[in-house]
Amino acid sequence: MTALVFRKLGAMSRLWRLVAVLGGLLIALALPWLIYPPVAMDIVAWALFAVALDLLLGFTGLLSFGHAAFWGTAAYAAGTIAIKTGAPFPVAVAGAALVAMVLAVPIALLAVRRTGIYFAMVTLAFAQMVYYLANQWSSLTGGENGLQGIPKNLFGLDLSDPFYFYYAGLPIALIGLLIAWRVVHSPFGRVLVAIRENPARSRSLGFPVDRYKVMIFVISAGLSGLAGGLYAISHGFASLQEVYWTTSGKVVIMTVLGGIGTLWGSVIGAALIVQVEDYVATSGIHLGPLNITGPGLITGLIFVGVVLLFRRGVWGTIAHLVRSRRRGVPDVEPHLSGTPSVAEREPAVAPKS
Amino acid sequence: MDPSNAPGGDSGAVIATTGLSKSFRGFTAVDRVDLTVSEGDVHALVGPNGAGKTTLFNLLTGFLKPSAGQIRLGGRDITGSSPERIARLGVARSFQITNLFEQLTLQQHVELALMGTTKLGHRFWVSDRVLTRFRDRAGELLDEVGLARQRNVPAGTLAYGQKRALELALALALDPAVLLLDEPTAGMGMEDVERTVELVRRIRTNRTVVLVEHNMSVVAGLADRVTVLQFGRILTEGRYDEVRNDPRVIEAYLGGESAA
Repeated sequence: MTALVFRKLGAMSRLWRLVAVLGGLLIALALPWLIYPPVAMDIVAWALFAVALDLLLGFTGLLSFGHAAFWGTAAYAAGTIAIKTGAPFPVAVAGAALVAMVLAVPIALLAVRRTGIYFAMVTLAFAQMVYYLANQWSSLTGGENGLQGIPKNLFGLDLSDPFYFYYAGLPIALIGLLIAWRVVHSPFGRVLVAIRENPARSRSLGFPVDRYKVMIFVISAGLSGLAGGLYAISHGFASLQEVYWTTSGKVVIMTVLGGIGTLWGSVIGAALIVQVEDYVATSGIHLGPLNITGPGLITGLIFVGVVLLFRRGVWGTIAHLVRSRRRGVPDVEPHLSGTPSVAEREPAVAPKS
Repeated sequence: MDPSNAPGGDSGAVIATTGLSKSFRGFTAVDRVDLTVSEGDVHALVGPNGAGKTTLFNLLTGFLKPSAGQIRLGGRDITGSSPERIARLGVARSFQITNLFEQLTLQQHVELALMGTTKLGHRFWVSDRVLTRFRDRAGELLDEVGLARQRNVPAGTLAYGQKRALELALALALDPAVLLLDEPTAGMGMEDVERTVELVRRIRTNRTVVLVEHNMSVVAGLADRVTVLQFGRILTEGRYDEVRNDPRVIEAYLGGESAA
C-alpha cells in the first residue's frame, strides 16, 4: 500500500514538474513582450550564470567567490572572437565558454585542495588576478574603455533590435540550463550531493572527491562562460565590470536569494535582482541625503530580508513547504562542505596521560 | 612483540603492517604496530578507550597518513594511498561515529555505494534512471540488515542503531574482500546485536573481517584471533580464550582506563 502511495506521489511530482517546465518556457517566450527586451536578455543570461554557480554552491557545497573570472573572461573572449573573425554569435559564445573552461582547470586544481571559506578565498584571489590582467592588457580588452562594438552576426540576419536578438539568444541559454539539469539528474549529480553531505564518507565508498570537484567546477565555469558570452554579445560591449568582484558577489546573491540547490531558485533570484536593479536605476530613486543611488543598497536590503526570513531562499522555501505538506521531510538544509573529516576528528581520542 | 610477520610476510596475510606508527603533535596514538591479519579470519582489535584502535583503522583505510612504517594489502604496498583508492582495492569500512548522508534516502545510500564499484559516477550526461539497475540489489542489502521497510526515508530520520545497520549495508554494498567494522554493535539493543553478529557470521564467507568491538560476547562469538592494544601498542595477540586469561590484559582493562 505504501508502494502505491509513493507511486502516486511520483506521478504527481512528475506532472507538477512538467507544468513547471512548460510554465517556465512560456514565461521565457513571453518575456520580451512583458518587459523591456534588453532587460529580458539580461535576466536570461544572469539566470544561466546563477544556475551555473548553483551547481557548485547548492549541489556540491562549494562557494566560489570568483565566478566573475569565467563570466568576464568569456565576455571578452566572445567579443574578441566576434570582432576578429566575424563568426556567427553562437559560435563566438560557444568559443567563449570553452575559454572559460580552460581557465577553470588550473584554478579548480588549486582551489579544490581547500574547503569552506578558504575555497572561496582562493577563487576570489584568482578572479582578482584575472581582473588586473584584463585591466592591464588593454590592447586586447580595451582596458577601462572596455571592448566596444561587438557585432551580433547570424548569417546576415538583422539582430540589432533587442526584441529579435532575445529570441536568437534564448536557445543558447536554454541549452545551458538543460545541461545543468542533466548534470544534476545524473549519476554524477548523485555523487556531487553525496560529496556535499559527507566528503569523507564519499571517499570511503571509492569516489575520488577532488576529481569530482574539479569536474563540476569546470562544467560550472563553462556554463558561466556561455552566460557571460551571451551577455557581452547582447550588450555589444564587454567591460571591466564583468570581471570585477562585485559580479561574483552579485551571482552569489542571486543564487542564495532564490534558494541554493534548487536550479529554479537561481532563475528566480536572477530575475528578481535584474528587475529590481533595472527598476531602481531607471526610476531614479535616490536614497537619503548621502545621495546613495540605490541598486546595490536596495538589492542588499532585499537580500538581507530574504536570508533572515526564508533561509532556503524564495524557491527553496516554496518547494520545502510543498514537499513537507506531502510527507514528513526532516528539517535539514543544504550546507557548505567543510565538515571536519574523520582524520580531523581523530586526535580528539587520547588516552589518559 | 609478536614476530609472526617476518618481512616478506606469509602468503596468507591479507593485511600486514610493519612498524606502523602515527603521532599527533608529539602524542603517539599508534606505536610501531606489527599486525598481520590472515585471509578469511575474523580478527578483533580490542583494548581500552584510547588504545589506538580507531587510529589504526584510519591508517589502514588511508584516512590518516602514517608517521612511519608500512602497510601491505595482499602483498601490495598501500602506505599513503588515498581512501578512495584503498576502497577500490576491496577494503570497505564502517565508521564508529555514524557517518552518513543525512538527506539521502536509504535506497539512495546503497545505490551510491553500489555505484562506487562502477565507473558510472563520472557520467554527467546520462540520466540517473540508470541507477534503477541497482534497485533490486539495494533492496536485498537493506533487507539483510533489517531496514527494507525504511528504504524511502532519509537517513537523518533513523534511530542510532538503525544508522549502524545502514553503515553495515553500505560496507557490504562494496562487496569487499576485506571488511573493517568499527564498533558495529555500539548503541544497539540486544536483538540488534544478535542480528548483527548473525549477519557478520553470514557475510564472512570469502571475506576477511577486522573488527573493533567493546562487547566481549560479540568478540567471543565471532573472532578467530584477537589483538589487544594498549597505549598504541600491541599488548598481546591470540585466540579469544588465550587472550582473555592473560594477566596483562586483565590489568589493562581493570587497572587502566575502565572499558565502559
